Amino acid sequence: MLDGQDSTITEDGRTIGGVMMEMKNITLRFGGVVAIKDISFDIREGEIRAIIGPNGAGKSSMLNVISGFYNPQEGEVWFHGAKRPPMKPYEVARQGIARTFQNIALFEGMSVLDNIMTGRLGFMKSGMLSQAIWWGKAEREETENREAVEKIIDFLEIQNIRKTPVGRLPYGLKKRVELGRALAAEPKLLLLDEPMAGMNVEEKEDMSRFILDVNDEYGTTIALIEHDMGVVMDLSDRVVVMDYGKKIGDGTPDEVRNNQDVIDAYLGVAHD
Amino acid sequence: MTITPEGDLQSIPALLARNVRQFGSRAAYREKEFGIWQSWTWAEAAEEIEALAMGLLALGLEPGDHLAIIGRNRPALYWSFVAAQKCGAVPVALYQDASAEEMAYVLEHCGARFVICGDQEQVDKVIDVQESVQGIDQIIYVDKRGLRKYDHTHMNAYADVQAEGRAGHHRLEPVMREREAKLGYDDTCVMLYTSGTTGKPKGVVLSNRNIIETSKNSAAFDHLTENEEILAYLPLAWVGDFIFSVGQAMWAGFCVNCPESPDTMMTDLREIGPTYYFAPPRVFETQLTNVMIRMEDAGRLKKWLFDRYMAHARRVGPSILDGKPVSAGDKLKYRLGELFIYGPLKNTLGFSRVRVGYTAGEAIGPEIFDFYRSLGINLKQLYGQTEASVFITQQPDNGVRADTVGVASPGVELKIGDNGEVYYRSPGVFVEYYKNAESTASTKDAEGWVATGDAGFIEAETGHLRIIDRAKDVAKLADGRMFAPKYVENKLKFYPNILEAVVIGAGRDRCCAMINIDLGAVGNWAERNNISYASYQELAGHPRVLNMIQEHVEEVNASIAEDKMLSGCQVHRFLVLHKELDADDGELTRTQKVRRGVIAEKFNDLVDALYGGADSIYTETEVTYEDGRKGKIKATLELRDAKVVSTGEKVAAE
Repeated sequence: MLDGQDSTITEDGRTIGGVMMEMKNITLRFGGVVAIKDISFDIREGEIRAIIGPNGAGKSSMLNVISGFYNPQEGEVWFHGAKRPPMKPYEVARQGIARTFQNIALFEGMSVLDNIMTGRLGFMKSGMLSQAIWWGKAEREETENREAVEKIIDFLEIQNIRKTPVGRLPYGLKKRVELGRALAAEPKLLLLDEPMAGMNVEEKEDMSRFILDVNDEYGTTIALIEHDMGVVMDLSDRVVVMDYGKKIGDGTPDEVRNNQDVIDAYLGVAHD
Repeated sequence: MTITPEGDLQSIPALLARNVRQFGSRAAYREKEFGIWQSWTWAEAAEEIEALAMGLLALGLEPGDHLAIIGRNRPALYWSFVAAQKCGAVPVALYQDASAEEMAYVLEHCGARFVICGDQEQVDKVIDVQESVQGIDQIIYVDKRGLRKYDHTHMNAYADVQAEGRAGHHRLEPVMREREAKLGYDDTCVMLYTSGTTGKPKGVVLSNRNIIETSKNSAAFDHLTENEEILAYLPLAWVGDFIFSVGQAMWAGFCVNCPESPDTMMTDLREIGPTYYFAPPRVFETQLTNVMIRMEDAGRLKKWLFDRYMAHARRVGPSILDGKPVSAGDKLKYRLGELFIYGPLKNTLGFSRVRVGYTAGEAIGPEIFDFYRSLGINLKQLYGQTEASVFITQQPDNGVRADTVGVASPGVELKIGDNGEVYYRSPGVFVEYYKNAESTASTKDAEGWVATGDAGFIEAETGHLRIIDRAKDVAKLADGRMFAPKYVENKLKFYPNILEAVVIGAGRDRCCAMINIDLGAVGNWAERNNISYASYQELAGHPRVLNMIQEHVEEVNASIAEDKMLSGCQVHRFLVLHKELDADDGELTRTQKVRRGVIAEKFNDLVDALYGGADSIYTETEVTYEDGRKGKIKATLELRDAKVVSTGEKVAAE
């Protein structure tokens, strides 16, 4: 079980470390509406952590709290053993947290390569002038960053669309490009907001493979929101279940599957 | 070009050593990876190969062992062939898209002890195979991705094997040198499995003599030098790729370029601009279709220029290419065309530098063939087989025609058997089918003549060979007239809208056809004509598509009627199939040839309906998805009668 602080070895030989991020009694309100109510859970190093729940349960709000887009009215976010003060999203990104969006947020007119390149922004330190004349440090930086981006393109098997404008790509590939851009930031924690929404079975299988491979090859910790139960149960190590802003279940996929509250609230009441 | 006499060049490793001496700092291999062409000189490639060979020795590869190679075209896998040979082992290439069961047969038959895989997908299949096949000792993989957690007790990464080889070179190098020195001209160079149009694949054993003599002769025929560039993108397990990318490349010392991924082939082709190029007719067809589709969308002026100059090219292009006399005005106009149309078009297609291009495997449509030749691309046809180390006949530079497969290649003798079957004898003739003396004896006689299984004849005046059909497919209709299905199918397939056709008629009173539409071409046509469709099946069953196919069938009937020997083969009834014939369903071989037996059996309800005279039929067909799951397609197909040309009077008139 994944209770202790020490690292755990899962059945398939992956190492899951100690707690990386801890959410303590988070409450988030929009005026009178309570989006998240007193939720606590943790994310451990190297694991794939899913957040599930019906529509309007507060899943995306939770992801936005983690990524610093919303600051909760109550509760604390602990990251790498330190309490995180209220932060802007770019400060959170600098801490090594990257994300993808439920509605794809790419630059449609730019090529796949350039889109993924934007994920490297945090690694570009040269000044505007040297970038404009592409000299010295700027040139070196671009070469380094391009190398990193090419590795990601190779990893995601999108070499054939490297130079294609994103606007011309089908939905499934856009999602893959978005994952690529998030990976380009070399995150420690990757947040995926419904990475498989609107995909067909084959695209879902591909995406699942990539998520597992990212976790395996780069050792990235992943927190994801997903509707497809089959996918969630197959992919994740632990699952948090939310309903109406409250946490109603937390544990391994098997535990969650057998949790009566979860069955009632989310999966539907079982009939004899 | 100076090539030292072949006295000591009796193996691929010996050729490699010569290339290192002569061309050491020239590029031998390139592969596009991470967006950049990475390259290895002959000296660097030899170092990589030796490191691998020594690593394999350290893992216990013994002389005579079989080493299987599975994966896409990558330098690392080409090196594996040579490394195996350096250890005295026999490399065996497998088709990478084969299913685990298909692989199991081959791996068991050759008794492979070592398997080198390109990536995780192949490793997974081999691990599946290991459940039923004993004797696979070591799995080596090139791409590490996804494999870290696998049980490595009998598994190693390619780079790790090389590192071990390098580390132990003091101990291992003498062993390697000793084994290499023992390689003789009649030792096995490689073993390749035939695609198995009928029955189980057979392991064709090719000796160093077969490969090197063939490479030498064919390189001389087309004046191949160390300056050629080729793009290696056809399956490693296919004998053609072995001859082009290993045999000829080693003999002539030219550079082998590997694409980044199968999907980027066209971009990579453009970037490399090969000088020596091989593609099956299907690739040329697809490219031409793409050009035509894109020209339909081009602006008026461009379209006009294109049509005008292409018409000119069709008229004089082939003559200019063959060096025949052409008027000065026509030459000037062709030059202008080259500047405005042909040059840019060839550049887009990646054919700017092609000096010698070949197509083979299937008949190519005369219009397609002429299109490329009129652009000034020296496209030729060849006829070959795995058993012949490819070359049986090929077209010389000034004797290119769409309807023949050329004259006997250097060193090849031809004869036509009593039943019309083509026989050949050459230094490239295979040693034997592995562990199958019976088949060897029935294919190759004591004097070394090999039956091709194809029926054909040699034109008396030119010496060109013409192939009619597979000898065993040539049969008789119920009334005794000749039935050559391939002949009719090829005529049908020359229409871009028809991807595949299967003609039935042996032992029956008339011929019928089952046709596959080409989704690209027909889909584009549908788009331009405002025909909406949701699936392949719906498009294939659309009445207007059927009308179009009917027109094609009737035109083909008219053309067949002109040939009095084959006029009985006109198609009386046809249907358009609701699914694409697929190798995964066993309907095609891995080299995309139709398997008549399987199709006749699988679609027997459709065949009965064609002969039964019904107007439509409901059918269910099992399909296999790429991941091996099975499903069913249900459809109601329309059957149509096609007009046939009565030949009674014609015969009488003659």
